[in-house]
This record gives sequence, C-alpha cells and structure tokens, in this order.
Amino acid sequence: MTEKTRTTYRDAVRSALREALSGDDRVFLMGEDVGRYGGAYACSHGLLAEFGEKRIRDTPLSESAFVGAGIGAALGGMRPIVEIMTVNFSLLALDQIVNNAATLRHMSGGQFSVPIVVRVATGGGRQLGAQHSHSLENWYAHIPGIKVLTPGTVTDARWMLGEALKDPDPVFIFEHALLYPVEDDIEEDRTAFDPWKAKVRRSGRDVSLITYGGSLHKCLNAAAELSADGIEAEVVDLRSLRPLDTGSILGSVSRTHRAVVVDEGWRTGSIAAEVMAQIMEGAFDELDVPVRRVCSEEVPMPYAKHLEDAALPQPEKIVAAVKEMF
Amino acid sequence: MSEFSVLKTEQIGRAAGENIELLGQILLIRRFEEKCVELYSAGKIRGFLHLYIGEEAVGVGTMSALKDEDRIVSTYREHGHALARGIPAGSIMAEMFGKANGCCRGRGGSMHLFDRTKNFFGGNAIVGGGLPLAVGLAIADKMQNTNAITVCFFGDGAVAEGEFHESLNLASLWELPVLFICENNLYAMGTALDRHQAQTDIAKKAGSYAMPSETVNGMDVLGVRDASMRAAELVRSESKPFLLVAETYRFRAHSMYDPDLYRTKDEVEQWKLRCPIANFQKYLLQTGEADAATFEALEKKVEKEISEAVDFADAGEIESVEDLCKDVYTPFQALTSQGE
Repeated sequence: MTEKTRTTYRDAVRSALREALSGDDRVFLMGEDVGRYGGAYACSHGLLAEFGEKRIRDTPLSESAFVGAGIGAALGGMRPIVEIMTVNFSLLALDQIVNNAATLRHMSGGQFSVPIVVRVATGGGRQLGAQHSHSLENWYAHIPGIKVLTPGTVTDARWMLGEALKDPDPVFIFEHALLYPVEDDIEEDRTAFDPWKAKVRRSGRDVSLITYGGSLHKCLNAAAELSADGIEAEVVDLRSLRPLDTGSILGSVSRTHRAVVVDEGWRTGSIAAEVMAQIMEGAFDELDVPVRRVCSEEVPMPYAKHLEDAALPQPEKIVAAVKEMF
Repeated sequence: MSEFSVLKTEQIGRAAGENIELLGQILLIRRFEEKCVELYSAGKIRGFLHLYIGEEAVGVGTMSALKDEDRIVSTYREHGHALARGIPAGSIMAEMFGKANGCCRGRGGSMHLFDRTKNFFGGNAIVGGGLPLAVGLAIADKMQNTNAITVCFFGDGAVAEGEFHESLNLASLWELPVLFICENNLYAMGTALDRHQAQTDIAKKAGSYAMPSETVNGMDVLGVRDASMRAAELVRSESKPFLLVAETYRFRAHSMYDPDLYRTKDEVEQWKLRCPIANFQKYLLQTGEADAATFEALEKKVEKEISEAVDFADAGEIESVEDLCKDVYTPFQALTSQGE
C-alpha cells in the first residue's frame, strides 16, 4: 500500500519549491511578492526566511524584465523558477516568452537551452473580472519550444515542479487559482511519476470527459452525477498541454466511443478544439456521435457571480452535453 | 552633431601593435559587409541584412576591452559585434548563406548569430529584447561568483521600449554586472532620435535608475576602447551596471529594403567625414605606428580572410529537411555542457 500524506494544493506547491531550493543551489525563485509578502497565493510563504534574499527574489512589477532575466539566468547556468501572479500579467512578458524562451535553442542551431520554469496562476471563478480570470494556457501550448503542464491534483502540484526543473527546456506550469485551498492525499511514491502522460482519473465505458486543471473536478462531479443516471464516464486528465498525450486521448475514445472535451479557455481556438481535431484525425471511426466541448462562453469574464458562473464550464453543462449524446 | 572631432586617446595600457589589430578588425567588418551587399544582390544572402558600416569602431573598441569569460548580448545589426568577438568570418558568412556549416546551422541568419564558444548570446531582432537576457546572465554570474560581466548592445530605438527601463532598473536595483552599450546612430529605423525621445541625451536616462553613465564618440575606436575599459573595470570590480552611450552613425540604409528617404544626403556625407577607418589611419600615420604599406598589408589580409569565408560558405552543405524540427527541444543528455 502506497504511503499518503494529506495536504493542500498550496502546501504541495510550497513543499515542491522547498525541495527544489534545498536540492540544487542553481535554483532560485523570483516574481512579484514571492518574498516578504509570501506569494500572492501564499505558495512561497516562509521561504524568504529559509533561503534568503538571493534565492527568493521580490521583483519590481516588470514582467518582461524578470521573465527575460529568468531566461538569461537559465542561459547562464541557473535553474530559475519565475512566478507570474496571474496569467493576464504574463501577457506583459509575451515578448520574452515567445521571442526568446521558445526560440533561442532553435535559432542558435542547438547551442543554447533555456531551462527555466515559469509558474502561472490561471483561471476564473473568484469574481475578479475580465483582467484576472482567464485561462490562456492554450496560447502557450500553441508555441513550439516550450512545454506546458497543468497540475489538477495535489499530487501533481507536489511532483510536477521537480520534473519541470529536470527538463532542459522552458516549462510553464499553470496552477488554477481555485485549486490552492483544495485538500487531498499526496501519493508519496514518485518512482513512476510521469508529468507528460495523461491520466485516467475515473474509469468508465460510456463517454470520455477529457479535461485538465481546474475543470478536472467539475468533470469528476459531472461523472458522479451521470453515474447516478446509469452513464459511466471516463475522466481523462491531460496534465500536459504541450506535448499533448495523443495516445491516451485516442485510447480513451476508442474504449468509450463518445467524447466531451472540457476546458476553461474560450471555445474558439481552445485546447478543446485541438483535442477534438486530434480525435478526428486519429479516432474518427471509433466515434458513435460527434465530439462535443464545454468551454467558456465568448465573453470577457464578468464580475457578477451569476454571470461568471454562466460564463464558465459547470458540471451541469457537462452533464447536459453528455446526455445529448445518448 | 556638427563638430567633427579628431581622435583623442588616453592610451590605456595599450600594447605594441594593438592599434593595428584594431584597425584590422574594423577593416574586416567594413570589407565583410561590402561583400555581403554584393552577395545579397547576387541572391546568395536573403532576408533582412542590417549593415554596421560606419559604426564599426563601437563594436571593435568595446570588444577589445573584454575578457573571454564575459558574455555578449547583441542586436540584429551584429555582424560587426560577432566578427570583433572572434566568431570566424566563414561561420558567419555560411550562416547568412543558410548553410549547415553556419554558426547556427542556417537556423538564425544575419539577425541571429550565436556562438557558445565565444559567449555570444545572439543577435536579437526584437528591439530591446536582449536587455532582460543580459540582466539574467548577470544574475547567473553574480550568483555563481564568477568574475564575468555581461555586455549588452542596443540602439537608440531601444530606449523607447519598456524593456530598456525595466532592465536598467532591475540591473541597478540588484547591483548586477551589466555593461549596457547604447549604439546611438540617431535613427530608430527611419525615425530620428528627436522625433521619438523627449530627452535625447540618452546617458541622462541612467540617472533615473541610479546608474552611472558616459557618452563617448563612437567614431573613435580608441576613445570607445578606453571608455569601455573604464566602464568594464567599474562593472567588474563593483559589480554594478553602467550605461555607455556611443554616438555613431550608419553610412548605409537601415536594411537592404530601406530607400533612405528620411535623412539628407548632406547629413550622411558630413558623417562620412568622421569615418572610423580614415580617421584612425590618419592618426596611426601621425603617431608613426603605421604607413601606407601597413594599410595595404592589412587590406590584403582582410581580403584573403573574406575570400576564404565566402569559399567556406559556398562549400557548405545545407541542412537536411528531415532535420527541420531538430533543436526545438533539447535531448536531455545535451544539457550538461551548458555552463555547468
């Protein structure tokens, strides 16, 4: 029986940071309010006292400079972890991410790698309006040269960071902000831990719910509800958006013959659209009905709770989408 | 810029023959780029080609003040930086030919020259995009207690970018060993400095970030060299950044596509009177360090080097299209060789 520890997603991120900082002198953390404040989501609380100013660096509000500095430090032999407070702020660093982090290895003919890890809080559901609530991780998943992880469980929050740091290329970790207080067991055995493979979080024979990050729990709730109605849904957690684990996606669809893709990005050009395209390319003949998706509505995130709820994927929307397939 | 100063030098610790070496480097860059123009017209070089002609003294003077372990972050007008840093002309030419024996295997081209062995971290074609990288390289050196400094070139156009201000602030705030070198050629592509900057004295901007700065005549290689040595020494010994502004001018258009309609012929001609080659030669004749035969021998040497570079590029293979997607990601085992 595997050993388990109960903790929050936030504490799991902090444990991962502490482990990374303790294990490798090249690792340091920088970002807005990661030090004295303790992190906007308290992920780095206490780390400044433990590791000091050189390794826990509070930055000015200069996303482009500190992300670019992270890239430069990675070129210079360090293993920086850069925290961006929210995905909307990451747009201020897009030049560095798209034009430098993603390109330097290729442009240099393979001479330089950029082993940076960028952690980004993402997602809606907290009534923060149209500049703090979006899920833009699929923009990053569009870019060759970087990799994108989306830990949806406490165990993934605990172990993905370490794996990302082992990677020689830029890895972005998108943490859905609603997950930070979620409490669950960490599976302590990491020997078989592979962040780049999708995972079946719940087995089922009737339909595949393919999702990641903050939508994982909505899918699991929807699956429980569907089960009560006699429909057994398989929930596939993508975990990595780039590379996408196409094999696992097609494998699940081949078992269930129905698929609903759920993600918090806007519907048009969403990661869901990419997953659907891959199903079309690789498992069209397996499908009993057309693939569906449940995404965010095409609207900047509204503030009012009832409107925000309506804009986001919800278990009832997922249930409804599945039931229309039968 | 109306006054055309004669060269002034302080002769900081210069060895015999060193001035001839500097002239040789300037000549190499000038003739190399003249050859590039020819090869561009012949269709062997494509894409954008931004010439450094007129500005050579800045790159040559600066590079002569640096150590091998120092790191260079450059711009898209970087042939001169690359040559002065010692990247072989053949490797650069082959890169511009898009050949596999180019310094980036044909993946970069004129605007993206890299050479790990020379600590040359690229021509960056996003104006201002290299400054944050330089800050980060300096973080790495500071945290690893190396004695290296990072030299970051950019143009006057870059000072309008947020990344300039963010990077100078961060470098100063964290006391990082970066030598920022602004090559002020008075035009951001076609927009004159006084048409894009409220404060045209670029060196003054460093004051906002509690950073020392100096302005130097960028047409005078010895002046640039001396200023760079002073600045590099300060950056290295105090582990703090410095902004050096070199006033210079490009004699050619912005790129091969530029019809050069935004400045007068007279202005260009006036600046050509300050040619870093002609004036340096005049100086060397005056000091007796060189004579006509010296110059002739240098020209011959440079001509041979360029001819060999073109041959090298011509003879190069092209990358197999099968390898198109190579080097997007790193094979895991390859990482150990990067600064570790």
